[in-house]
Amino acid sequence: MLFKILEKDAFRSLVEILLESNEIIAPKRIATNARGEPIHQFLPIRSFEEMDLDYRATEYSAKTYFLPYRENLCTFDFDEDDWQQEIVYRIQPRAIIGLHAHDLNALLKLDKVFIRGRFPSPYYVSRRQNTFLVGLDHVPLEDEFSRSMGAHIATHGFDLFLTDLGERYFVAIDSDRAFNLLQQVETREVTDDDKHAYLEVRRRIRDGFKTHISVHSLPNLLDLEFTSDVWKKWGAKCLSCGSCAMVCPTCYCYGVHEEVAMDFKKATRVKQLYSCNLLDFARVAGGHNFRPDQETRLKYRYYHQHHGFVEDYDEPKCVGCNRCGRVCLAGISPPAIIKELYEENVQ
Amino acid sequence: MSPFQLRPYDVRQESEMLQPLDFNRRLRLKPVAGVFKAEITNVIRLTEMEKLFHVRIIDDADRERFTFLPGQFVMVEVPGYGEAPISISSSTSNKGYLELCIRKAGTVTGALHRAQRGAKVGIRGPFGTNFPLQKMKGHSILLIAGGLGLAPLRAPIYYVTENRAEFEEVHILYGTKSPDQLLFDYQYESWRRIDDVNIQIIVEESNGSWNGPVGLITKLLDELKVDPNETYAIVCGPPVMFKFVCGRLSQMGIPMDRMFVSLERRMHCGMGKCCRCNVGDTYTCTDGPVFDYWSVINLKEAI
Repeated sequence: MLFKILEKDAFRSLVEILLESNEIIAPKRIATNARGEPIHQFLPIRSFEEMDLDYRATEYSAKTYFLPYRENLCTFDFDEDDWQQEIVYRIQPRAIIGLHAHDLNALLKLDKVFIRGRFPSPYYVSRRQNTFLVGLDHVPLEDEFSRSMGAHIATHGFDLFLTDLGERYFVAIDSDRAFNLLQQVETREVTDDDKHAYLEVRRRIRDGFKTHISVHSLPNLLDLEFTSDVWKKWGAKCLSCGSCAMVCPTCYCYGVHEEVAMDFKKATRVKQLYSCNLLDFARVAGGHNFRPDQETRLKYRYYHQHHGFVEDYDEPKCVGCNRCGRVCLAGISPPAIIKELYEENVQ
Repeated sequence: MSPFQLRPYDVRQESEMLQPLDFNRRLRLKPVAGVFKAEITNVIRLTEMEKLFHVRIIDDADRERFTFLPGQFVMVEVPGYGEAPISISSSTSNKGYLELCIRKAGTVTGALHRAQRGAKVGIRGPFGTNFPLQKMKGHSILLIAGGLGLAPLRAPIYYVTENRAEFEEVHILYGTKSPDQLLFDYQYESWRRIDDVNIQIIVEESNGSWNGPVGLITKLLDELKVDPNETYAIVCGPPVMFKFVCGRLSQMGIPMDRMFVSLERRMHCGMGKCCRCNVGDTYTCTDGPVFDYWSVINLKEAI
């Protein structure tokens, strides 16, 4: 990997160069919440000023640009008693600026499912290949536990990764297109001072994590505590609204349905992201529901995150951003549940 | 204490279960949403709720290329209505068309039940694991189905009856709630006529015209004598049946990794992506639908 130093002025020109002919998605301040804190979201920007790189966290992850909440998989054009199927992939390039390390790691986890699996998804591959990713270091929030999940450092999977050193950025370059882009603006080589300043920031980030959970024995623990009262307690609180899956940067489950045009000439197969907490998630034809109560559905959400995904890919699906904990109307958060599961085990 | 000897494991028997090694690692990207356009060439009414559809892939080259193994399923697309996973009920040697036994249960299957001969549907697949019949060769085989379970079991029944010489004893056991729910009742006689195939049908509640045995499917197992060390079993049916039948077979001494079941789950993709059939680390669509019983009892909530 190559490293360069980029002055903030030069970074501004770099974004403006990109903006001239590309769509850019970046954290944007859109509102203020009840506690007076700003609300940020990843949204398209039209000028450098619209972007707020000092954001703490976005409400939703940037997953929607790779796995949209609604996506048309194909269309069917009807002609008498015959039909033609047309499949369209999104091929317009764009850049996403300001992804935190855990969001980049989340994409790497999604890659394992949608690119490395037995059936790679051309819809995902197309969006992924067409997206230029600029990562950004950040000081963690109180409730983030991505260090516990090993997702607080991005080592690859981006084009550029920026670390703020005050007046300048320490830039990691991980693609030729990023290297070519940097040729457009002024950069300089990394000096020893820069390196020390960078390592100091890294240390500050590492030590900034306040929330820790133990995950090493979690797959085993989830098996042991399959019938634990912890699930009953938290399951009773769960509203089965599915918000956790919507904001999660790695939740990817979906449903497919078809919509017919008013004139019956056309039908669209629509993929819509789903949530394993929703009531009919596992309901089959004939009406049998394999997971009729919210307790079971909540449990299986954790079972997939911290057990199933580990068995399939040797790492948990969760990246520890705690968006789900923040958005949950019932106050359910992974650190709380996992802590209680451990306590259950001690008694 | 009875002596316990570990069974030797012959890896060559796995040949049909193992995917060929992919040294290039990266698989070719395929249009995963693409369907084979197919035509319904025949509709056979089986019962009030179930119909058998003969579905023929229209493109000659695609039809030639389409092969499947007993136990696999396809996604059937009815444009405008949606897709549903349906197990293949026909013989693997039947190249002309697929036979799909479909119960009227929802939107897609409801539309299919209204469809006439000549209607066009889409087919994606085949997906999933299969019953390892190669491995079962040279052994006795129990084919057990309850209710709609005969639909996925019909492919292995065809395989076994068409290759009768490859197997030792063959027992087909089938049970339903009542006589009017029996599927493929016109075929029992043809299976029975095959030399040395034991087929037995049982119903839970008799009506006036039924003069066969009455009771649960496990009743048929009581009278069955097989050598548990030389027998494989395939069990298809509602989840509740697995517990009783496989439990009974375990008591008879058949090892759990020699009993195979076919699971049902909600599916939206067939490719291990949508998670709807996910149980922990297992995707019923790609790791199943065929599992050995040992895997099933380790799958929490599977049955």
